[in-house]
Amino acid sequence: MNFIRFVIGSFKIITTGRRSYFAWVIFLIILITWGAFGYAKQLTDGLIVTHMRDSVSWAFHIGNFTFLVGVAAASVMLVIPAYVYHWKPIKEITIFGELLAICAVVMCICFIIVDIGNPLRFWHMLPLVGTLNFPSSLLAWDFFVLISYFLLNLIIVVYLLYCHFYKREYKMSFVMPLVLLSIPLAIGIHTTTAFLFNALPARPFWNSALLAPRFLASAFCSGPAILLILFQILRKITKFEIKDEAIWRIAELMVYAMFIYLFFTVAELFKEFYSGTEHIIYWKYLLFGIGKNHEIVAYSWSSIIMGCIAFVLFLIPATRKNYITLNIGAVLIYGSVYIEKGIALIVPGFTPDTLGQIYVYTPSMVEIRTAVMIFSAGFLLFTFLTKIAIAIVFEDYSIKDLNPKKLKIQMPD
Amino acid sequence: MNNQDKPNSRRNFLKNVAIVAGGSIALSSCRSQAMKEFLQKNFRTLTKKEKNEIVKNLELKYSAKYGKEFHVSDETAADGIEFGYALDLSRCIGCRRCVYACVEENNQSRDPQIHWIQVLQMEKDKGIDFAHSDVHYNPELVPEEGHFYLPVQCQQCRNPQCTTVCPVKATWQEPDGIVVVDYNWCIGCRYCMAACPYGARHFNWAEPNVPAEEINPETHYLGNRPRIKGVVEKCTFCIQRVRKGKYPSCVEVCPVGARKFGNLLDPNSEIRYILENKRVLVLKQELNTQPRFYYFFGV
Repeated sequence: MNFIRFVIGSFKIITTGRRSYFAWVIFLIILITWGAFGYAKQLTDGLIVTHMRDSVSWAFHIGNFTFLVGVAAASVMLVIPAYVYHWKPIKEITIFGELLAICAVVMCICFIIVDIGNPLRFWHMLPLVGTLNFPSSLLAWDFFVLISYFLLNLIIVVYLLYCHFYKREYKMSFVMPLVLLSIPLAIGIHTTTAFLFNALPARPFWNSALLAPRFLASAFCSGPAILLILFQILRKITKFEIKDEAIWRIAELMVYAMFIYLFFTVAELFKEFYSGTEHIIYWKYLLFGIGKNHEIVAYSWSSIIMGCIAFVLFLIPATRKNYITLNIGAVLIYGSVYIEKGIALIVPGFTPDTLGQIYVYTPSMVEIRTAVMIFSAGFLLFTFLTKIAIAIVFEDYSIKDLNPKKLKIQMPD
Repeated sequence: MNNQDKPNSRRNFLKNVAIVAGGSIALSSCRSQAMKEFLQKNFRTLTKKEKNEIVKNLELKYSAKYGKEFHVSDETAADGIEFGYALDLSRCIGCRRCVYACVEENNQSRDPQIHWIQVLQMEKDKGIDFAHSDVHYNPELVPEEGHFYLPVQCQQCRNPQCTTVCPVKATWQEPDGIVVVDYNWCIGCRYCMAACPYGARHFNWAEPNVPAEEINPETHYLGNRPRIKGVVEKCTFCIQRVRKGKYPSCVEVCPVGARKFGNLLDPNSEIRYILENKRVLVLKQELNTQPRFYYFFGV
């Protein structure tokens, strides 16, 4: 089996490396273990060990899920500018963007699994054996698009790497339609996730038509931020060639996205605060707190301040083209969107609850440890996948390295 | 590749993995009963025969667990019945007897505490204003000066949001209007709780705990039978009682007669009298959920 040899080759890549690589892997494994022991408590005692309750019935995990859907969507959408502006390494950008998307989707699904009360009943959603509530439930849609997106990206990346591994030309007629399909699907997963919240008239904080556009705009800020840094690292340590202009262009596109995001948010705030209906209360809780309850005010303002600094750093050409300020900006915008999605999107939707009661939510230690477990596992997966991709794409690791003696018989045509 | 002669070949390895996996599944389920329950299908797709068997097994299981004879009914909705509820806001004194009668009748967990009915204390000069209401009022004596009380439970909407959003069809509306949950099918995603505008759905955050001496053994499969951790539950108008022609427990216990219940399709019912002769309102009318739970001012 050629494919098994490809898998064995990939396995060999991830089991060999420098000391710093193994230190990183071990560090992640320690974090995963630490998180897993926290999660184990949830498995035995139930979700009571989180700080979620009937009033705030979704919180940190769903926030992380939403953030990662954005990362998954935006990393593939980078293929569009790469294609439009004819950046030279479009294939590499596609591969690494999609690797990030795969890892993000895996983390998304993990966050859903740790959030549901009966993870073993997951099969109730599967076709034939289960009863998926399609097309009524937006959660069914989301499940469907996320799985499709995951499979599509997996097929593209594995196919490209597989061809590289066997030194074969890949078929453009096979890859191109899939890549083109993955772009609308990337927009699709984030729109569907936004609609998931948007669909609930019971929650006025989310029941705004601007929610989906704001989601997409914020994803365009955070997703490329990771790739921006990754590309710089790749450029240093491999043969990966990406011009400064391309990196600056990504930063420039991020500025547009940030501006659109800012504009949408201002429009939302204007409508809420000027009309001053009872729905304003959720925004008040988010930005100023209600009465004695100021628990998430610090989060929301730190997100706003980080976002604004990043916007200025990316907007001014001098700081955009300076790699130090550019990277500071990338980290800041990533942090800003993470807090915005992780805490500031979900919790105010539930505070006050539908009967006007305030339950104060901040994540519990178990929730934080569970999140650390999933993020570390995701990073580990991303480390492995990028290492395989780097070795195969840039370091010419191929079937020859796997078994030089049998080279002639094993080369497929 | 020549694996056959090696003792630790891949095939052997896979075989061992399968044995270990199968064994651990069997062990973790302890009895085949647990496995059967795990593989049980959505209640609405079961045949009458399958339902009978499941109900019989549940009765045995609960009887053994709580040490008394249990009845689990799977009685279906009768023709020509659509249940409706009306609550007299001018009579309610906020005593919360309905809350605790409901807890006892419907086997809600005592620790952690689950209440299907929330009684909101409102300020008289603000009208029905959730943002200024308080569910944790705790005076020596009710009613308190300047306040009125608004009990909220499942409104049994004609246009329920909760059933629409459920990803696995674990909750649905019965022909007599009661919205029910299949506790054996609910995956615990809590999307229905986000969708409900009335906070009527409650989640078993931990293993529910009801003392054996307090358990009510007269149960319905879709209602008050003992629940498990990680599933959603809600008011069913006491499905185990109303399908046998009795009043819901909250109606019976109310000391001031503020709670009225009946068949909306019966022109001579008390509920129809109220709809005809009193002016009624529903909560959050703008959301178009069209509740079967009405509020009115009797005096």
